[in-house]
Amino acid sequence: MSVGLIALIVLGMAVVGYVIGRSRSLSLAASQDRRLHSLPSYYGQAVALFTAVPALLVLGAWLFVQPIVVETRVSEMIPESAIPEGGALSLVMADVRRIAGGLDALMTSAGLSEGDLARMSAETTNLRERLGGVGVALGSDVSAPVFEAAKAMRAANNAGSLAMTIAVLALALVAGGYMLSRVSPDMRARNISETFVKALLIGASTVAILTTAGIVLSLLSETINFFRMYPATEFFFSTVWNPQFRGGSELGIIPLLWGTFYVSFVALLFAVPIGLMIAIYLSEYASKTVRSLAKPAIEVLAGIPTIVYGLFALITVGPLLRDWLAQPLGLGNSSSSVLTAGLVMGIMLIPFVSSLSDDIINAVPQSLRDGSYGLGATQSETIRQVILPAALPGVVGAVLLAASRAIGETMIVVMGAGAAAKLSLNPLEAMTTVTVKIVSQLTGDTEFASPETLVAFALGLTLFTFTLGLNIVALVIVRKYREQYE
Amino acid sequence: MTDLTASPANAAAPRPSSLLTLDARTKRRNAAEARFRMMGAIAVAIAVLALVGLLVSILGNGLSSFRQTHVTLEVFLDPAKLDKAGDRDPAKIAKVTTFGYAPLIQAAMQTAIEKAGATTEGVNAKQAAGLISDEAAATLRRFVMAHPERIGETLSFPMLANGRVDGYFKGRVTMESAALDRNISPEQLQLADKLRAAGVIEMKFNWGLFTAPDASDTRPEAAGLGVAILGSAYMMLIVLVLALPIGVAASIYLEEFAPKNRWTDLIEVNISNLAAVPSIVFGILGLAVFINFVGLPQSAPIVGGLVLTLMTLPTIIIATRAALKAVPPSIRDAALGVGASKMQSIMHHVLPLAAPGILTGTIIGLAQALGETAPLLLIGMVAFVREYPGAPPEGFFDPASALPVQVYNWTQRGDPAFIERASGAIIVLLIFLMAMNIIAIILRRRFERRW
Amino acid sequence: MNMYDSPEREAKLDQKATKISARNVQVYYGETHALKDVSVDIQDKTVTAFIGPSGCGKSTFLRCINRMNDTIDSCRVEGTILLEGEDIYDRRVDPVQLRAKVGMVFQKPNPFPKSIYDNVAYGPRIHGLARNKAELDDIVERALRRGAIWNEVKDRLQSPGTGLSGGQQQRLCIARAVATEPEVLLMDEPCSALDPIATAQVEELIDELRQDYSVVIVTHSMQQAARVSQKTAFFHLGNLVEFGDTDQIFTRPQDSRTESYITGRIG
Repeated sequence: MSVGLIALIVLGMAVVGYVIGRSRSLSLAASQDRRLHSLPSYYGQAVALFTAVPALLVLGAWLFVQPIVVETRVSEMIPESAIPEGGALSLVMADVRRIAGGLDALMTSAGLSEGDLARMSAETTNLRERLGGVGVALGSDVSAPVFEAAKAMRAANNAGSLAMTIAVLALALVAGGYMLSRVSPDMRARNISETFVKALLIGASTVAILTTAGIVLSLLSETINFFRMYPATEFFFSTVWNPQFRGGSELGIIPLLWGTFYVSFVALLFAVPIGLMIAIYLSEYASKTVRSLAKPAIEVLAGIPTIVYGLFALITVGPLLRDWLAQPLGLGNSSSSVLTAGLVMGIMLIPFVSSLSDDIINAVPQSLRDGSYGLGATQSETIRQVILPAALPGVVGAVLLAASRAIGETMIVVMGAGAAAKLSLNPLEAMTTVTVKIVSQLTGDTEFASPETLVAFALGLTLFTFTLGLNIVALVIVRKYREQYE
Repeated sequence: MTDLTASPANAAAPRPSSLLTLDARTKRRNAAEARFRMMGAIAVAIAVLALVGLLVSILGNGLSSFRQTHVTLEVFLDPAKLDKAGDRDPAKIAKVTTFGYAPLIQAAMQTAIEKAGATTEGVNAKQAAGLISDEAAATLRRFVMAHPERIGETLSFPMLANGRVDGYFKGRVTMESAALDRNISPEQLQLADKLRAAGVIEMKFNWGLFTAPDASDTRPEAAGLGVAILGSAYMMLIVLVLALPIGVAASIYLEEFAPKNRWTDLIEVNISNLAAVPSIVFGILGLAVFINFVGLPQSAPIVGGLVLTLMTLPTIIIATRAALKAVPPSIRDAALGVGASKMQSIMHHVLPLAAPGILTGTIIGLAQALGETAPLLLIGMVAFVREYPGAPPEGFFDPASALPVQVYNWTQRGDPAFIERASGAIIVLLIFLMAMNIIAIILRRRFERRW
Repeated sequence: MNMYDSPEREAKLDQKATKISARNVQVYYGETHALKDVSVDIQDKTVTAFIGPSGCGKSTFLRCINRMNDTIDSCRVEGTILLEGEDIYDRRVDPVQLRAKVGMVFQKPNPFPKSIYDNVAYGPRIHGLARNKAELDDIVERALRRGAIWNEVKDRLQSPGTGLSGGQQQRLCIARAVATEPEVLLMDEPCSALDPIATAQVEELIDELRQDYSVVIVTHSMQQAARVSQKTAFFHLGNLVEFGDTDQIFTRPQDSRTESYITGRIG
């Protein structure tokens, strides 16, 4: 039975439970001539919640756990000999999974029965061709242990689904029935259903923690796997990035970090002064008309997805810089360059910097401005010598937040910075960044267990650590700054 | 305590006697003021210019993709070629591949050229048929498969022109570039000019851009956003269904119930940090957890939807909490005062009042998710997908693409016609985003309350 | 009642020259007519107090004298205010230059988040009053002495001004205003945020400043006005009701509204 159908049945049962619970509470109250503790609908709610929620939670957990259990059990069936030279168990298991999935299609298309399948063996039947006929293309012939494993996997999956269906529906019946049996005028139905709802609310709020845990755990575990295959010292200190998909790669992070920081530096160099001046101009100088036109324009800039900036870098800014700057100066021929990516990323960061600075400048109390004007200072003297020094910690926090964004930005550098890992000072040369390499190492058909793929997780962990550090420092600074003027 | 010996007369400050004349220093200071002010104006101008440049670049490159060159031919569905047995058996008709349809188009092209009197030196029948997209044969075959009874008739078919011909009429391909191009010759373009004058070739609105699936590298003219729009729509549906209830539930707990302790502090810090984690890290999470660990299929909207849900949650939670905070405590007190439970006061009074703010935040979160690209690359949405995903919920597990990823995908192709498509796709994406933001603004205006 | 002034000194002060002369001043905030037809002469080397209930326009008028109202967009000023015979609202007058002559101290002490030294040096620096560091040091010391705070801060000139107590901060702000060598000192309720001891110190200081400056003080406290000022102006609902010698205002008010206010019936 499909998962969607089970879920629908459970929900249907919950609705029925609601109706029965509600009417039961009413009829009991009438027959015993007593007042209900809660409104009748709360009795229905309690029954419905007990019917649906535990059953659906078990359903979700089952879907999560079953593949893991089946996978471990089946992978034990595969002998060392069945793993091809130089290959990995995970590759064989991928084949097993695909064959197991293809067997059902094969059975329907060829009209086989369960018995036929049990008699089938890898030697007697031309499995590769027959599976190919139902859309399951395999790289090699199917060996006996693999086929047996696939059959076992299919059987385990089927048994698991059946057990899941029974368990979920039974749980819904039992839990719902239990609640129904407890319905009486004295039952504190509202309290029960409210406690239940509150538990759900708490559960929802832990999703944020689970997400962070998921990020940290997945990054850490694969990074540890990576360092088992590739020395950590090489990764952190080698200045060469040269992945080879046949092995023997050099995977030094230094050129990638250099590119990342170079691009981010160019972006901040562009975005911070402009963003800051925009915030100052719009909050201190601009007339109402200018403000009403410029503010939305800058907000639009903030709402544009990064892919659009990436395309802008690729088709406009890159060629423009190449034809008007790089080639006349003889500094390069590439349309993707540090300057291209940096400039476009700077444009992306302008609204971010200006809106943060705007908040910060507005947090400087008016009394300081008055004090300065009262002494005969001009507006710019007041801004430069009183407001900006007073706002400095906040501005530093904003710059750090912008830096963290720049470091983590992906699409603009993928489309604007280039793919060559280089340690160079020339901003018109193509360089690459950590995020670009995460994308290039994890897209395309690659063997998952190779260091060339796993290095992406080590890169991801480095990126995560950097941005997290920057964010925490920035948030602390900004919070301290706010408290100062509250 | 005070020292009055110093009199102001000692301060030898040159001071203008009259207020009505500016001293040199004040003039200098006013000039500095004007310079500073000018710098601010320049900064604003740079930002506005950048926006204008960006939009002009995208619109300039992409607007032309909304029109497409079509060739309308009278095609004779020759029974001798399509259905030799003559019994209209779909199984047998299916045996005729697209190669079997090419001669029909070639013949139709010749007829059209003769009719228009557009015979051109140096263009043979095959080259003349080359003005038409390779996709046309497949389109024709699909039509015949759907309507086997029409075999034997002569029908008027609008077909896509080859990408180069399309590019010629849009100014992307010139006679000079055609002379160097293996795929098109200047003679063919001359023929195209004549056919256009005769009305056989015309530019029409490009519905295919919205409905057609992606097409291979050699057929940019046939590439469309159908699968990508559907995939994005599926993901947005998943994000809405998951992120809204979870986000609202989490916000209600944190804002209304949560005690101030370590655990809730941890949650708060987590949420603010998740909002700033680079999006690509969420892609890694999706790859490691949803695909490798749980075993969900690659390229599927379900995985994209889950990843985008996790990314959107902080946005929705932050907006929802702000909306809940904006509801004055007096409303809660009033409900509690008439004997409602805390849960009732929130569900019956606070939540409905906060709903517009929550919806606005949700729409803005969805708009962010719609434009997000990087994490989707990692979970395989960049794959070449031509098949439409099925209907939900099963369709959530079918391979699909997404709007921004399709843009990226097209920019990685060789033919410059794909750049036009990519820019066109961006325009479509921006229109969706604009619509969502306008809805959010209208909601905010309409339901904004002043307490 | 007035503990600082002897009668003969009072008489001498009456012959002081007119420093500021306001005629028919009207102030509008948008549609609101905040100040109606105010005409007043403010004398040099005198403390003039503006009293009246909240929202009567006394602060508004004070802010007109050094054009601080210019920073408020919706504010419109009509009539003439002459400073030593020159119209300060003349188109040729730069408010920056005006404010160097007419200093201001605010209700809440507002030291800049800089060192004590930099706070005081700020004005002289922007107006270019010192040619070198030694001169600037000199100006700062003199201003701090005049602000009656030198002894308390001379050992920690480089520590932040925000670290001082409220009363010290306000005296620092007075020193800061004095450092630019103004001719008129405007004080907008300078003691309202201070405790009684700090208030007494600041009041004593105001009385000493009268030696060199024309001081205009807005105050809520009638006792304060009586203690520190020689002239008092009573504002009510945007009108200047009565202006005269402080003694006369407090002992023999001409107008019934003034009498009601000082006896506590309105306010």
